[in-house]
Amino acid sequence: MGLDINKALDGHSRVLGLANQRLQLLAENIANADTPNYKAKDIDFLSAMQAADMQGMQVQETNARHIATTAGPNRAETLYRVPDQPSLDGNTVDAQMESSAVAETAVRYQATLTFLNQRISAMRMAITGGR
Amino acid sequence: MGLFKVFDIAGSSMSAQSLRLNTTASNLANAGSAAGSAEEAYRAKQPVFQAVLNDLSTDGASAGVRVKEVVESNAPPVKVHQPGHPQADADGFVWMSNVNPIDEMVNMISASRSYKSSIEVLNTSKDLLLRTLSIGQ
Repeated sequence: MGLDINKALDGHSRVLGLANQRLQLLAENIANADTPNYKAKDIDFLSAMQAADMQGMQVQETNARHIATTAGPNRAETLYRVPDQPSLDGNTVDAQMESSAVAETAVRYQATLTFLNQRISAMRMAITGGR
Repeated sequence: MGLFKVFDIAGSSMSAQSLRLNTTASNLANAGSAAGSAEEAYRAKQPVFQAVLNDLSTDGASAGVRVKEVVESNAPPVKVHQPGHPQADADGFVWMSNVNPIDEMVNMISASRSYKSSIEVLNTSKDLLLRTLSIGQ
């Protein structure tokens, strides 16, 4: 019975990738909070994680001319947010919601880093035998 | 690495908002400026923001913000009868700037809030990046 290091860390790295992408989108939204006609963007974290799970099943290429799947597992489809209170200038950014989303994503990211650290120290313990 | 792009995006926002603060300062400084004709009167300047695409390689297409142009308000300058004013015309009128100090104060607060949110995002990303660097230690 072997331990695949890639598999052991894969789920967590996916969360990091998605949180990364979401933080970037939220930064764009906050930067464009005063831009007329800018539409706020976001990703759906849950469905992105589910999609990443589905991509674990690889498509078989039986012919050399088959096109490889290009969708990266660490990125989700960008969606436009449905505004609660659209403003007159066509901007759909809600600064308060964006700030709370940044905080939420940051906590998620830090939690994942903690899990990763624990897993790495557990593997290190297994390698060194606890010495 | 996506978190590094956050620095560019937040930086573009801070630069755009600081230009907005600059125009506000200029408008407030010139709120009491008088001129000898309606054409010469100081007009309030306002920046127009525009989302700008930095990177098309990702589906998210990272978008910062930039100042597209600075427009001048087309509100009419205020005509005041001040015969003793050195810039008064033959009939004793001067034209004061069309700056509305209340609008400018609101603009200033809005710009400073937006600036602060960008700094907040930047600091959060920086903390996360530093923690990511120390993984497995």
